[in-house]
Amino acid sequence: MRDDWGRLLAALIATLRDFQLAEDCLQDALTSALDHWPRGVPQNPQGWLMQVARRKAIDRLRRSKALDQKLPDVAVLMEMDRADSEADAAHEIPDERLRLIFTACHPALDEKTQVALTLRTLCGLTTGEIAQAFLDQDTAMAQRLVRAKQKIAKAGIPFEVPQKDDWGPRLNSVLTVIYLIFNEGYSADNADLMAEAIRLADLLDDLRGDEPETMGLIALMKLTRSRASARVDGAGVTVPLDQQDRRLWDHQLASDGRDLVSAALRRGRPGPFQLQAAIAALHSEAAGFEDTGWHEIVLIYDRLCEFTANPVVRLNRAVALSYLVSPADALDAVNALEGDLGQYQSFHAARADLLRRMQHWPEACWAYMRAIELSRNMSDRAFLQQRLDCAKKEAEQKLGPSPTGRMKRSNAKASSL
Amino acid sequence: MKYMALLYDVEDNGPEYGSPEWGPYMARWEAYHETLVKNGIEFSGEPLEPSQTATRLKVRGGKTETMDGPFMETKEQLGGFYILDCKDLDEALKYAALCPAAEDGTVEVRPVMDLGGA
Repeated sequence: MRDDWGRLLAALIATLRDFQLAEDCLQDALTSALDHWPRGVPQNPQGWLMQVARRKAIDRLRRSKALDQKLPDVAVLMEMDRADSEADAAHEIPDERLRLIFTACHPALDEKTQVALTLRTLCGLTTGEIAQAFLDQDTAMAQRLVRAKQKIAKAGIPFEVPQKDDWGPRLNSVLTVIYLIFNEGYSADNADLMAEAIRLADLLDDLRGDEPETMGLIALMKLTRSRASARVDGAGVTVPLDQQDRRLWDHQLASDGRDLVSAALRRGRPGPFQLQAAIAALHSEAAGFEDTGWHEIVLIYDRLCEFTANPVVRLNRAVALSYLVSPADALDAVNALEGDLGQYQSFHAARADLLRRMQHWPEACWAYMRAIELSRNMSDRAFLQQRLDCAKKEAEQKLGPSPTGRMKRSNAKASSL
Repeated sequence: MKYMALLYDVEDNGPEYGSPEWGPYMARWEAYHETLVKNGIEFSGEPLEPSQTATRLKVRGGKTETMDGPFMETKEQLGGFYILDCKDLDEALKYAALCPAAEDGTVEVRPVMDLGGA
C-alpha cells in the first residue's frame, strides 16, 4: 500500500490544492478500505481509493465553514466523480509525484522540514516513524509537519515543477533531501530509510530522466550501500576502509553504481554527486586498500572543491592526500580546517588517524578523546575507543612509567594547538 | 496573491543625496520598478525615514505609552516595503530577489492575509 500512497496523495493534492485535506481524505479512504475490502477487493484498488478519497473531500468541504469560498472545488470534484463512475474508474491515475517532490523540497521550507515532508507525503512514513528516525518527539514532528502544510497553503508555495531558470538549484535541493534521508539511514543502520532514499531517486530519474546529477546520486548511494555489511564487525565495532573484508561488499550493487556513474559522466555535465560517486567507484574497483587509485581520487577531490565550499570535502581530500603523499603533509591541511570543523567528530577522527600513522602517540590520544566525545554513533565510538587504547599503550611504552601524569602534560600541549 | 516584501538594511548604508554615488544608486531602484512594470506585476511601496525617527506606542489601561526609536540593537532595520501582486510564492521570491535591498540587506516576504473579500 505504501507504494501507492505517494502516487495517490500527489494526484489528490493536484485536484484539491490542499496538502492537509488531501492527506486526511486519503487516510479516510484507507480506513474505508479496511472495512470494505475484506468482503472483496475492488478490481482497481487505486481507482477505488481515489474515488472514495474524492467523495470524502466533497463531504469535508461541504461541512467546512468556508463553504462559499470552496464551492467551485466541490463542483469540480462532483464532475470528476461522475466522469469516473461512467468510465468505471478504470483509467490511469495521473502521476503527479514530480510536482509533489519539488513542493515538499521547496527552499522556502527548512531543510529538516523538507526531509520530513518528503518522507511523509511521498514515502508514506507515519509521523511516529519519521520522529523515530530523527530522534525527535512525535509531537514536535507532528507540529513541524502541520506548520509546513500551513505554510504551503498560506504562503502560496506552488504545486509545480520548477521552470527552466530555477531548475538547477531546485533539483539540487531535492537531491540533497534524498541524500540526507540516505545518510540518516546509513548512519543509523536503518535499511528501510536507505531503500526509501534509493527508491525516491529512482522515481525522480524515471519521472525526469537525463539528469546526470540524479544518476550520480543513485550511483553514490548504491556504491556506499554496497560496503554496508563490511563496515561494522560482529561485535558492533566500525571497521575502517583499509581493514574491511572486501569479499563482504555487495559487488553487484557496486558494479551497478559504477556503470551508472560512468553513464552519467559521459553526458559531460559533471556535478558534486557524480564526482562523489566517481570517488566511491574508484574505492570499489580496488582489489585491496593498497591498490586504491589515490592519485585520481585527489584529482577528483580538487574538481569537487570547485563545486562546493564544504570543508568536509577538503578534509576528505586531505585524507586521500595522506595516502598519496604522506600523513605529515596531510596533517597541515587538516589542521587548517580546525576553525570550520573543530566541533565535528570526523575532523578529530581524521586527525587522530594521521597522528597514529605518524606515531605521535600522545597527540593521537588527545585527538581520539575529542573524537569519542563528539561521536553520536555507538559503532564509531567503540572503534575510536579501541584505537585510543592502543595509542595509550604505545604512549606509555615510549614515555615510560607514570603515564597519566605525562599524558596530562601532553594533553595540555595538544589543546593549545 | 498579495505579498509584502519588508526591506531590512543597515541604516546609512546608501549614499548621500547629491553625492556622485546617488545617481547610480537610484538607477538600480528605478530599473527594478521598470522590471516590475514591464512584467505586469502590480505593486506599491514606500521607503521609510530612518529608525531613530520611529515612535512606538501601546495603550494599557486607557493610557498611551510612547517609546522613542530605534528599538533593537540589531544592525539591520526596516527601511521600506513593497506590496507585490504575484501568482504564487515562487514569483514573489523571484521579484523580491531582484530588489536592490536583497543585495544590500535582507528582504522578508510575507503573504498578505486573505480575508476572503473582493
